[in-house]
Amino acid sequence: MRWPPLLILPAILIVPGIIWAGPAVSGAVERQAVNWTAVAMFIGFVAATLGITYWAAQRTRSARDFYTAGGGITGLQNGLAIAGDYMSAASFLGISGLVFASGYDGLIYSIGFLVGWPVIMFLIAEQIRNLGKFTFADVSAYRFAQTPIRSMAAISSLVVVAFYLIAQMVGAGKLIELLFGLDYWLAVVIVGALMMIYVIFGGMTATTWVQIIKAVLLLSGATFMAFAALSAFGFSPEEMFRQAVATHPKGAAITAPGSLVTDPYNAISLGLALMFGTAGLPHILMRFFTVPDAKEARKSVFYATGFIGYFYILTFIIGFAAIVLLAQHPEFFKAEAVGPDGAVLRDQLVKGLSGGTNMVAIRLAEAVGGNLFLGFISAVAFATILAVVAGLTLAGASAISHDLYANVIARGYGNETTEIRVSKIATFTLGILAIGLGIAFESQNVAFMVGLAFAVAASANFPVLVCSIFWGRMTTAGALAGGTIGLMSAVVLTLLSKAVWGDVLGHVGPDGKPVGLIALNNPAIVSMPLAFVAIWIVSVLDRSERAHRERLAFEAQRVRCETGIGAEGAVSH
Amino acid sequence: MQQDLVDAIKAHPRYQELVWSRRCFAWNLTLLMLVIYYGFILIIAFAPSWLGTPISQGSATTIGIPVGIAIILSAFILTGIYVAKANGRFDALTRAIQEDLQ
Repeated sequence: MRWPPLLILPAILIVPGIIWAGPAVSGAVERQAVNWTAVAMFIGFVAATLGITYWAAQRTRSARDFYTAGGGITGLQNGLAIAGDYMSAASFLGISGLVFASGYDGLIYSIGFLVGWPVIMFLIAEQIRNLGKFTFADVSAYRFAQTPIRSMAAISSLVVVAFYLIAQMVGAGKLIELLFGLDYWLAVVIVGALMMIYVIFGGMTATTWVQIIKAVLLLSGATFMAFAALSAFGFSPEEMFRQAVATHPKGAAITAPGSLVTDPYNAISLGLALMFGTAGLPHILMRFFTVPDAKEARKSVFYATGFIGYFYILTFIIGFAAIVLLAQHPEFFKAEAVGPDGAVLRDQLVKGLSGGTNMVAIRLAEAVGGNLFLGFISAVAFATILAVVAGLTLAGASAISHDLYANVIARGYGNETTEIRVSKIATFTLGILAIGLGIAFESQNVAFMVGLAFAVAASANFPVLVCSIFWGRMTTAGALAGGTIGLMSAVVLTLLSKAVWGDVLGHVGPDGKPVGLIALNNPAIVSMPLAFVAIWIVSVLDRSERAHRERLAFEAQRVRCETGIGAEGAVSH
Repeated sequence: MQQDLVDAIKAHPRYQELVWSRRCFAWNLTLLMLVIYYGFILIIAFAPSWLGTPISQGSATTIGIPVGIAIILSAFILTGIYVAKANGRFDALTRAIQEDLQ
C-alpha cells in the first residue's frame, strides 16, 4: 500500500501552532479558556485527515475497499493502526492519572490491557486472516448455519461497540470541554460528525490512516514527555521514585500494589476480561483483514504489541514523574490545595488537582513543554478519540451491513453496491445514535461501560471464535448456546454489580455506600467459563444430521486455516 | 475448497508436521503467557508486600517495578519468538505443501 500524499503532517501541525501560540492558559478554572494553540493544531490534524479521507474516497469502490482498505496494508502499517485503534484517550489520560493517584496500581492495569496481544498472536490473528473476509463473524459462522450464528455475532458485536462508543463519546465531550473550552454538546457533535465523514467517505482506508497518524503523534508526544520528565531526575528512575515517595500523600505505598486489587476473585476476573476481551473486540479483529496474508497479520500483532507495551511504560513514567513535577506548580491546583507559603499541600496533591486526575498528562505537558506542547498534547488527545471512535463505528456498521444485511437478510444474494450503501446508512445511524446517547449520558456514571464491553467480548465473542477455529465438534446449536449465555450472563452480572446496581441505580448498603447484589465487579470469571461449558455440553449432545455435516466440514476449514490455501487474497491497486 | 484437494493436503506428510508443530508451539506459548500473567495476579492477591520490597537496602525502587516492566517485555518477546518461528519454519512447510500440490 502506498503512503498517502498528505503525510507532510508535522509541518501542517507545527506551523499554525507557532503562529497561534498566543494567550497562556489559566490553570485555576475548572473549564479552560479557549486554548488557541490546541485549536490550531487540532484544525491542522482535521484538515490533514479530511484530505486523506478525500484521497481514500477516490480508491474506495468495492466492498473489499470499504471494509478492508483493499487488503493491501503492510504489517508495520497495520501494527501502527492497531495501536492507534487500541490506545484510547482513556488509556493515555486515565492510566497516567491512575499512576499519579495510586502509583503501582496503574502499572497492574496497563499490564492487563497488554497481555491479550500475545493470545491474539498465538490463537487468533493468522487464523482469522486465513478463514475470514470482512468481519470476525465470517470465522465464527464459517461452517455453521449462517442466520443464527451471524445474527448472534452481530448482536454481541453491536453491544460491545455501543457500550465502548458511549463511554468514548462521554469521555470525549468532557475532555474537550476541559481542554478546549468548547461546550460539551458541541464537542460530542464534532467528534460524531468527523467520525461519520471518515467512515462514510473513506471507509477502512481513511480509518486506517487516521489511526496510523494518531498512533505516530501519540507515541512521539508521549516519548518526548517521558524523556523531558526523566531529564528532571537526571535520567535516574530511582531518583524519580525516591522524590515521588517523598511527595505523594501515600508515601512508599505508591511503589507497591494498593487498593485496586482487593481479592483474588475480582483480580482474576478483571484479568480474564482484559486478556480475552482484547481477543474478542470486533474493531480490533477486523483489522486483520486489511493485510494481504497470514505473514503480515503476524507481523502486525508483533509491531502492535511493541508499540502498545512501549506506550504503557511511557504512561507509567509520566504518571510517576507528574507526582513530583506537578507539585512544583501550585497554579495547576485548586486554591484550597495551596498552603499559605504558596506550596501545594501534601495531602491535597491528588484531590486538589484542578480538572481531576484525568488531567495529569495534560498538566505535565504544560510543565515540561510550555503552552506549545500543551496544545500539541491536547490536539493529540482529541485525535486519539477520533481514531478510536472511527474504528468502532466501522466495526459496528460492518456487523449491520456484512453480517445482518448481506448474510442474514439477503442470504448472500444481495449485490455489493447495496451492501456498501447499507453500510454507509448504518454508519450514519450509529453516528447519530452515538451523538444522541453521548449527550444523554453526560451526567451519568459511564465507568462500567468499557468493563462491560471487554466482558462481553471475552464471554460471547472469544469462546465462539476460538472453538470455531480449534474445536471440530462444535455445532451450530453449541455455538448459539455458548454465545447467548456468555452475552446474557455478562450483561446481567454487570447489572447486579456495584458499578451499576450501586453507583448508577443508587442502591446503598447499611453504611450509606453504594453496593451491588453480588460481590463480583467484573463478570468474566463466571460468564466466560459458562459460555465454554454451554458450547461443550450442547455441542456434545447435538446428534442432528446438520451437526454431523458440520463436524465433517471441519477438516476442510482446518486445511484452509493452517495453509492459507483458499484464503481471501489482496487486491492490488 | 474441493474435497479432493482437502484430502491431498491432509495426506501430505508435511501437513501433519505443520499442524502438529504449530499447535504445540502456539498453545505452549499461550500457556506460558497465562502462567506469567496469572502468576503475577496471584502474587498481587496473596503476597502484595513482596512486590513492595525495595530492590536493595534503602532504595525507593521496589521489586514490583522491574517485575511489571519484565512482564510487558515478555509479552513483546513471546510474540517476537512466535513470528520468527512462524515466518521461518511454518511458512517454509506451507510453501513446500503448496509447491507439491501444483
